[in-house]
Amino acid sequence: MDVTVEVNGLRKRFGATRALDDMTFTVRPGVVTGFVGPNGAGKSTTMRIVVGLDRPDAGSALVGGVAYRTLKRPLTHVGALLDAAALQPGRTARNHLLWLAHSQGIGARRVDEVIGLVGLEPAARRRAGGYSLGMRQRLGIAAALLGDPPVLLFDEPFNGLDPEGIGWIRGLLRSLAAGGRAVLVSSHLMGELQDVAGHLIVAGRGRVVADRDVAGLIAAASDGRVTLRTTAREDAMEALARAGATVTVTGSDTLTVSGLPGAATVAALTAAGVPFAEVGAHRATLEEAYMELTRESVEFR
Amino acid sequence: MIPLLRSEWTKFRTVRGWIAGSIVAILLTAGVGLLGAAGTVRSCEGPQGNVCPEIPIGPGGQAVSDRFSFYHRALPGDGAITVKVTGVSGVITYPPPGHDQIVPGVVPWAKVGVMVKRDLTQGSAYTAVMVTGDHGTRVQDDFVNDLAAGRDPWLRLTRTGDVLTGATSPDGTSWRTVSSTRLAGPAVIGLFATSPCDVTLGQGSLGGVVGACRLTNVTGKFEHIGVEGAAGPWTHDDVGAEPGAPSLSVGSARDWGSTIQLTGSGDIAPAGIDGGAVIERTLSGATIGLIAVIVVGVLFVTAEYRRGLIGATLAASPGRTGVLPAKAVVVAAVTFAGGLVAAAVAVPIGLRLMRDRNNAIAPVTTLTEVRVIVGTAALLAVTAVLALALGALFRRSAAAVITTIMLVLLPQLLATASVIPAPAAEWLLRLTPAAGFAIQQSIPAYPQVEDYSIPALGYYPLPPWGGFAVTCLYAAAALAAAVVTLRRRDA
Repeated sequence: MDVTVEVNGLRKRFGATRALDDMTFTVRPGVVTGFVGPNGAGKSTTMRIVVGLDRPDAGSALVGGVAYRTLKRPLTHVGALLDAAALQPGRTARNHLLWLAHSQGIGARRVDEVIGLVGLEPAARRRAGGYSLGMRQRLGIAAALLGDPPVLLFDEPFNGLDPEGIGWIRGLLRSLAAGGRAVLVSSHLMGELQDVAGHLIVAGRGRVVADRDVAGLIAAASDGRVTLRTTAREDAMEALARAGATVTVTGSDTLTVSGLPGAATVAALTAAGVPFAEVGAHRATLEEAYMELTRESVEFR
Repeated sequence: MIPLLRSEWTKFRTVRGWIAGSIVAILLTAGVGLLGAAGTVRSCEGPQGNVCPEIPIGPGGQAVSDRFSFYHRALPGDGAITVKVTGVSGVITYPPPGHDQIVPGVVPWAKVGVMVKRDLTQGSAYTAVMVTGDHGTRVQDDFVNDLAAGRDPWLRLTRTGDVLTGATSPDGTSWRTVSSTRLAGPAVIGLFATSPCDVTLGQGSLGGVVGACRLTNVTGKFEHIGVEGAAGPWTHDDVGAEPGAPSLSVGSARDWGSTIQLTGSGDIAPAGIDGGAVIERTLSGATIGLIAVIVVGVLFVTAEYRRGLIGATLAASPGRTGVLPAKAVVVAAVTFAGGLVAAAVAVPIGLRLMRDRNNAIAPVTTLTEVRVIVGTAALLAVTAVLALALGALFRRSAAAVITTIMLVLLPQLLATASVIPAPAAEWLLRLTPAAGFAIQQSIPAYPQVEDYSIPALGYYPLPPWGGFAVTCLYAAAALAAAVVTLRRRDA
């Protein structure tokens, strides 16, 4: 294991559209790397370049230090789910995996194994044309896992999945990373990566806007803020403002306080005789952290 | 390459539509051919009922024409005959442009000369040295072999042991040996004259080709006749004469001792289109089956583009070079196997159906029959590869199917349905991938036969494997171009 993906200075134009403009980042093993950004940020193009489907105009994408195109049995190095809809509708899921397996010299036993891994056994011998989007995602993931590769790329794997499916994928992604694999997961919705991504690459307009580790990011976004629950919202806001804090209303009985430590907040409220139920350190969601990060670049909201 | 082949084969066999398409190709190829064969009925009503005349078979097994005027003696062992041909004249009935007169004239392949022949049976072995109407002096033997030998009027044929030596001379003193052939045992030796009909081809008023074959005869004048080793008296036979034939075609001999004059009509040559139905008639379904083959070949690659599956294929084989060749091998192997089944069923059963309907079949060697069957399967396979390559280049099913049909089927149909003039048809069958249909031609066109050797009648301008090579070249070029573009293009 311990294979990294290095994306270095990728540039790519499609006609007049600039899809990638100096895209640079590294995907490390042992952690799920979230690849986020709005549609059109260049996430899919970057992934297609990594697996050799598109050629960059400039820059390089290396898997374990070598170009994907030079790999002998590439699916044993990199597994990718790029387009779950790319199936021959008349072919069964098992046969779809079988031809992929044969192209890598992998046997039918592994095919049945990955079918089990993604929970497609009951439908494996049905034509893929009748599959729901969720089943296609599972089939696409099975295809990516076929060669048991140390690097996995998933482009929008949560699309079309029900909450149960989303939970399942999160678990799968975590366990893949825990096994030492480098896992890159793209999404245009931050919330999907909550509690999964250990590292975040934010892309916009074909380049990396932010490349941070998630724990630090959330800590930074939560930094010094206090969550307060109180029934006397107006009084509390007045008292805290007098003490020099900035107060944001986040719910009918919750406030977020910044600029005033927790102890000072409690003291201020007590002094003003404002009742409160709970005071605690605020923990930002990934969504909030993302907003924080991208506040300045309005262009890609 | 092996994993790729296996992968592509798995792809092919797991899509029901492609397997079905391949079966349809087999059924169309065999079925249409058999229907055609079942519908080919020949009737020869005559005084003896529906009895068709036997077509003579030459020593090489081919159907032959063997009709000539023969003035001969027996040749028990060694011997020789020497003559000087001092005159060749003849009659042509109703030639162009008016087609309204009987005129003096000699057709290019009228023949007068000396001959040693096994016996008087039509189709028996022979060697002859002759003067022709317009092709100079020649030596021919056993119907198919033909050698040009200048323009000398002196002819000699010598048998020593079982070797027959043909020689010519400008003056009767200095002889040039032209040929050496073998004919053992008792034989006949003598003078002969024969003249094939005068052939013209015209465009029919409703399209199509109208061929006309007008009766001719030739009269040869022989002097300085020397015969050695012959036995018995001089006898005249009109070999192959049919009762009730026009008087102009009846052979005759006049012997003044030092001069002999011989008149005859007919031909000693491969039979051409008169030699019976050709075996490839049972394979007419190949052109229809080809459409199914083309559709399957194109879809095998365009379906991947349509579904976006090409991305998965190329991610699995990022080197890309082997992908299309592997696909080509799979589709070619499937098509070849199917074509072989179809042709191996259609030819024997079709021939039986045709024989049952009174048709004479132009005999061919087993090797030729195998070549026609295997070649038809190979032609289908190569066309499938061409279709696949065009599919990969266009990435669109409809455009690729239409282009392949325009390249392969359209020229073939235009050329053989005789909707265009014969020279244009021949160029089409030289330059387009339709040239490969030549692989089906079982009876070659012989230059020494003035025949209707035009595509409309099943004669291709290129030899069987030569024509097939043209189709292969197209397929190889298209495949190479497709491989290069696949490597260059983003998936």
